[in-house]
Amino acid sequence: MNDFTLTVQPSSAASLAKTGPIWTPPKIDFAMTHPHTLIIEPGMADRHYWRDLWRYRELFFVLAWRDISVRYKQTIIGLAWALIQPLLTLVVLTVIFSKVAKLPTEGAAPYALLVFAGLLPWQLFATSLSGASGSLVGNANLISKVYFPRLIVPTAAVVVSFVDFLVSFVILLGLMLWYQFLPGWQILTLPLFVAMAFLASLGPGLWITALNVKYRDFRYVIPFIVQFGLYVSPVGFSSSVVPPEWRLLYSLNPVVGVIDGFRWAILGGESNLYIPGFLLSWAVIAFFLWLGIRQFRKMEKSFADLI
Amino acid sequence: MSNIAISVENLSKSYLIGHNAAQSERYTSLRDVVARNARNLARKTRDMFSGRAIVQGDEVEEFWALKDVSFEIKQGDRVGIIGRNGAGKSTLLKILSRITEPTSGKVSIKGRVASLLEVGTGFHPELTGRENIFLNGAILGMSRAEIKSKFDEIVAFSEVEKFLDTPVKRYSSGMYVRLAFAVAAHLQPEILIVDEVLAVGDAQFQKKCIGKMEDVSKDGRTVLFVSHNMDAVNNLCHSALMLEGGVITRKGTSFDVTRQYLSSGRRATNNLNWIKPNNFKNDFADIVDIIGYSVLSDSGQNDSIIFKSRIYSVEIDANIKLRNQNIVFFLSYFSSSGELLFVSDCYDCPENYDDLGVGRITLSVKVPVELFNTGSYHMELSCVIHHMGWPMMGGKGQMMAFEFVDDSPATKMQFTANHPFTGSSKPGLLSVKLPWSIRQFAQS
Repeated sequence: MNDFTLTVQPSSAASLAKTGPIWTPPKIDFAMTHPHTLIIEPGMADRHYWRDLWRYRELFFVLAWRDISVRYKQTIIGLAWALIQPLLTLVVLTVIFSKVAKLPTEGAAPYALLVFAGLLPWQLFATSLSGASGSLVGNANLISKVYFPRLIVPTAAVVVSFVDFLVSFVILLGLMLWYQFLPGWQILTLPLFVAMAFLASLGPGLWITALNVKYRDFRYVIPFIVQFGLYVSPVGFSSSVVPPEWRLLYSLNPVVGVIDGFRWAILGGESNLYIPGFLLSWAVIAFFLWLGIRQFRKMEKSFADLI
Repeated sequence: MSNIAISVENLSKSYLIGHNAAQSERYTSLRDVVARNARNLARKTRDMFSGRAIVQGDEVEEFWALKDVSFEIKQGDRVGIIGRNGAGKSTLLKILSRITEPTSGKVSIKGRVASLLEVGTGFHPELTGRENIFLNGAILGMSRAEIKSKFDEIVAFSEVEKFLDTPVKRYSSGMYVRLAFAVAAHLQPEILIVDEVLAVGDAQFQKKCIGKMEDVSKDGRTVLFVSHNMDAVNNLCHSALMLEGGVITRKGTSFDVTRQYLSSGRRATNNLNWIKPNNFKNDFADIVDIIGYSVLSDSGQNDSIIFKSRIYSVEIDANIKLRNQNIVFFLSYFSSSGELLFVSDCYDCPENYDDLGVGRITLSVKVPVELFNTGSYHMELSCVIHHMGWPMMGGKGQMMAFEFVDDSPATKMQFTANHPFTGSSKPGLLSVKLPWSIRQFAQS
């Protein structure tokens, strides 16, 4: 398909005929291509949706790459923002929960490490949730002008927060060095919990971003959830301070399972995983993911008309 | 195997639109406002639970952007879609490119579709030209490998090599559009859907783009082209559809349909027959009374389309009440932008002048069709009595507008050959054919 030729045609009527290079399109052999017939009908469930999603995977990477490269453009300190924010939050939370509230740590782990092992997944969750939620409205120009499986937009937005996560992870390594803390074999399971955090944010994120297209009220919901969730989730304290009889109920918050998992992976033997609660968190995450995808797919067809 | 590329059956699309009754009322009491807001809130809540969209305004109406549209397009056809703003053209293209769903009806499309509803969709101002080529290419459905292999061609076509690593927010609008179109021009779909993207950019750029699209379609690809530029539709498309109020009102060869489109808009204001209205003020009606004037073709009918292959004449009807040697009728021809091109008056033939006696007269003069380019022009009749005044001054509502269309087979032939004007009309307000001659000298 590369038989393009680019020729500049010299012309005597220079000013009039200055039509630039004449582009010769390549010949398409229509017998060679396999034209699949596409049927467009109202309310037709798109049978090829997941196949289309796979076909558009490059767009997914391109959109994620775009968001990442745009994120810190025209800023002075650039990526350092991804360090400053969690570092300051870490100091404040450590001082308040450890020195002021005098809450216990888990095992022998330093309190700052405990806080950061909770802050890391929380920030991952919060930035992916807000990124996914605003993604459709933020890409309104794309949605109203080109077709692609819309699911790409919020999932690509979620990926962006992973970059910030990696930067923050450097702080964790610094803290471990500072406290001379050596993690156990459990640290190898961390990717599993990172995936868990993504899935936990993707479910509600999909639902809210779809709702946001129709009702812009939902854009005010996200900052509230993020602010509220920081205190409701065990970020600044260990979930073991929750009384045992309430622990299962507490695990209905899917972030509890994610944070517990992170602490177990990072602090190793110092932290105990509360298995019933952890499984319940997974169930809640799965439910929200199912709900989010279902609602998203249901509303997807009207996005272009409403946005 | 049939070779139908696109088949559309009874396609309809409706939208809900809201109206504000409040704006039509002059006085509103607080009670009314509260009651209306409560009603609105109740309706919005109901809509939300039933999963419908929120519609602003307190009266909701269903609006059919498209209604029962059916047509078929063969593989390799170039079809123009024309119609006024709001006729449903963009809605149709959006359904065909799967951006929005129809309310009812069915479309089947055979082949890979690329739609170009906007130049530079998804361009990010913060990213550089290079980055935007990849971004835009991916959005239009090209694979990364495909973009990479065509990257140099895209850059060469866009003529922005120097600024490839500058964020596009610092580009001039011309550079921006050139880059955006360069990416789009390198798409290789089997069906290309193009909305009025040529409205941006200068005339030369538009010409370049039309040339490009012609090249694309010569290759056997199917092209659907929406434009308000009738010349472009005529040159690019074999056939055309005209949409009016969401309904196809005309199908046929692009020439017939564009002609219909042009004349349908003008009929109300400008049929080429002006008759003096009752309230027309003429201070010299006791000397000369102008009854009216019209443009007639050799076949007798008048229409605001003037074909260059036919013969037209202007006929002026007047009543001379008092013989006066100083009465002059003249016709002024203007370009569509209002520049005076030339004036022709009855002094052009002084030998006829003695015939201007008392009584009913008809003056007749040929329209010099060979002078005009294709496009729209205006013409106006005026009448002056030298040293006295104006029985009919310019600008009294007697202006006529018409459209020159070049239908002579000879010129068409000449244009389709590898001619620098690629089938569109020549530039310039006028288009005159002159008798060129060539003298060949022997090589020394």
